[in-house]
Amino acid sequence: MANIAKMLTATRGRGRWDWTDWASYGYLILGVCIMFGPVLWLAASSLKSESGLSEYPPSLLPTEQVRVSVPGYASPLPLFTIDAGERAGKQLAEIRRIGIQAQMVDPADPKAVIRVPVDGRTKVMRVHAAWDNYTDLIAKFNFGRYLWNTVFITTIATVLTLLVNSMAAFALSKYRFSGRDAVFLIMLATLMIPPTIVLVPNYLIIATLGLTSNPWGVIWPAVATPTGVFMLRQYMLTLPDDLIEAARMDNASEWRIYWRIVLPLSAPALAVLAIFSVMWRWNEFLWPMVVLSRSESFTLQLALNSFQGELTTAWNYLLAMTVLTLLPVTVVFLVLQKYITQGIASAGVK
Amino acid sequence: MSATGIGPDRNSPGQHASRLCGKAFGAVMNVPEVPMRWAQSRLSGGRLGWLFVAPNLAVFALFSFLPVVIDIWFAVTGGSELLPQDRPYVGANNFSDLLTCGNYTDPNSCVRDLFWYGVWNTLEFVVIQVALMLGFSLLTAVVLNRKIVGRGFFRAVFFYPVLLSPVVVALIWKWILQRNGVANAAMEGLGAKPVEWLLNGTWAFSWTVFVSIWAHMGFYTLILLAGLQAIPADIYEAASMDAAPPWRVFRRLTLPLLMPSLIVVFVLGLIRAVQIFDEVYVLTGGGPGTATVYLVQYIYTTGFAQSVRQYGLASAASLLLAGVLLVLTLIQLRGMRSGERG
Repeated sequence: MANIAKMLTATRGRGRWDWTDWASYGYLILGVCIMFGPVLWLAASSLKSESGLSEYPPSLLPTEQVRVSVPGYASPLPLFTIDAGERAGKQLAEIRRIGIQAQMVDPADPKAVIRVPVDGRTKVMRVHAAWDNYTDLIAKFNFGRYLWNTVFITTIATVLTLLVNSMAAFALSKYRFSGRDAVFLIMLATLMIPPTIVLVPNYLIIATLGLTSNPWGVIWPAVATPTGVFMLRQYMLTLPDDLIEAARMDNASEWRIYWRIVLPLSAPALAVLAIFSVMWRWNEFLWPMVVLSRSESFTLQLALNSFQGELTTAWNYLLAMTVLTLLPVTVVFLVLQKYITQGIASAGVK
Repeated sequence: MSATGIGPDRNSPGQHASRLCGKAFGAVMNVPEVPMRWAQSRLSGGRLGWLFVAPNLAVFALFSFLPVVIDIWFAVTGGSELLPQDRPYVGANNFSDLLTCGNYTDPNSCVRDLFWYGVWNTLEFVVIQVALMLGFSLLTAVVLNRKIVGRGFFRAVFFYPVLLSPVVVALIWKWILQRNGVANAAMEGLGAKPVEWLLNGTWAFSWTVFVSIWAHMGFYTLILLAGLQAIPADIYEAASMDAAPPWRVFRRLTLPLLMPSLIVVFVLGLIRAVQIFDEVYVLTGGGPGTATVYLVQYIYTTGFAQSVRQYGLASAASLLLAGVLLVLTLIQLRGMRSGERG
C-alpha cells in the first residue's frame, strides 16, 4: 500500500505539483522570454519612426511625438507639456530652439510667442505605428530587386535540388549496378567537405564559368546535397519494388517509372527536403557574399548586411527589412512545423 | 519521417494557373522520355542507373572534389592571381608562413598574427560554446521530455531561432546590444552603468558565444529530445518501482541510454562551432580589434575582403581547417557506429 501511495504522489504532471514542476515551467517561461522576446522586440521596434527609435530608454510600443499644425506656421510643430511655472500642465508647440531656451506657442492662441527653458517640459507622445518604414523600403530602396533575387535563387535551386537529388536517390535505391555503393559513399563523403573549405576554389570555378554576380553562380553549387540524396534514398528504399516491376511489365520506360511512380510516392520525403532547401537557400550568406559582388545582384541577406554597414543611423529601415526577411521563414515554420521538426529528428540534418 | 505527404490540393479553387504551370512542367519533364528510352535500349541491366546519378555526381565533382584539388594547388602557389596557371609555385611557403611563430601562445610574435588570433579565439570559442550549448540543450530536452502542458509550443519556441538566417540573428542582437539599446536600458533600470557591449573585447566575445548558442540550441535540443523519447518507458517504471531518486535515475539510466545522441550532438556542435562565421561577422565584424576574429573569417578576409587577395594563404588555412574537420568527422562516424551497436 505504501508503495502504491508513493507511486501516485510521485507521478509528475498529474496530482500534486512538486518543486521540479515549478522549476520546469519557470525554466521554460524564462526560455520563451529569451528565445522569442528578442524577435518580438525587433518586430515592435520596426514600427517605430526614426524619432521614436532614438528615444532612450526605449518604449515598448511604437510612439512618436505629437505634432500640431498651428495657423501661421508652415509645417506641423512638435507638442510639449510644460512641467512647472505658471503654465504647468499646458500643452505648447515648439517653434524653434535657441540654446537652452525654446520659443513656443499655444496652439489655441498662435499670436503670442512664449519662451520656455528646454529642460522644463516633456514631449507629448502618442502610440503610432510607422508603417512607412515598410512602404519606404519599397519606394526608396531596391527592396523589390533583392526580394526577387532571393526568391529566384531559392525557387530555382530548390526545384533543381529536388530533381537532381531524387534522380540520384532513385538510381541508388532501385538499381543494381557495379559501383553503386561506391557512388553512394562518394556522395556521403562530400559531407566532409563543408563549403567554407572550398570557398576559394569554388570561386575560381564560378569565375571560370563566368557566373560571378550571377544568381546561377549561387544556384549550381547548391543543387547537389549529400543530405538530400541520403534522405530520399532512405525513403525510396521503403517503396515496394513490385510496383516498379509491374510498370516494367506494362512497358513503361525507366524515366516514366521514375517520374510517374517513384517521385509521386516519395512526396513526403520530397516535401521535407523542399522545406530544408528553401531554408538553406533563403538564409545562405557566405557563399552569395563571395559570388555576388554587384549590389543589383544581392540577395536579401547580403542587402541587409551591406545596409547595416552603410546606414548605421537608418535603423528604422534596417529593422523593417530584417522583419521582412524573417517573415517568410516564420510563416513556413508556423505552417510546416511538424515536418521540419520530424525531418530533423529523423535525419539529423539542418 | 511521417507517411502523410503534403500533396497538391487538387480541389482548392483558383489554382488554374498553377495547374497549367504544373502541366507545362509535366510536359517538359516528359521530354527526357525519348533519349532515355534510347539509352535504355543500349544500356543493359542496372547500368542505366549511371545516367540517373550523373547530374548529381557531376555537380559534386565540380563543386566539391575538384575544389579540393584546386585548394591544394592554391595552397602551394603564391601571388594574387586567381587563374591556377598564372600562380608561381612556392612549395610549403604558405603553410610555414601561417605556422611560423616566435611563441605560439602569443599571436603577436607570429608571421601571420591574424591567423593565430583566429586560431586561439576559435579554440576558446569552441570549448566554451560547445560545453554550454550541450549543457543547455540537454537541460531543455530533459525538461521538455517531462509531462509538460503545451510541450509543442515550448519546443517550437526553442527551435524557432534555428530557422532564422545568421544575418537576421546578428541584427536582432545588434539592435538589442547597441549603445541605446534595450540591454543598456535594462542595466540602467537595475541601477548599473550602461556598457558598450560590442566595443569591449571580453563582452563582445561572450556575446558571440551567447548569440550562437541562442541561434543553434533548438536544433540540438530537438535531437536530444528525440533520443530521450526513444528510451522505452518501462525502464523508468522499473526504476520508480525501486524508488530510485530522480538524480540517480538520470545519471544511471538516462545519460547512458542517451549517450549515442549526445555524441552526435557533441560532434555536430563541434564541427559547426569550428566553422563559426556568419553571425559573428555581421554582429561584430571580428572586432573590437581582433577579439572575435575566428578562423573562417580569417579565410574569408585573406581570400576575398582585402585589396590584395591572398588566395594561397586562404587555401592553406582552409586545408588546415579541413584537417581538423576530417578528424572530427571520423570521430563522429565512429560515435554513430558505436551508437548503432549500443
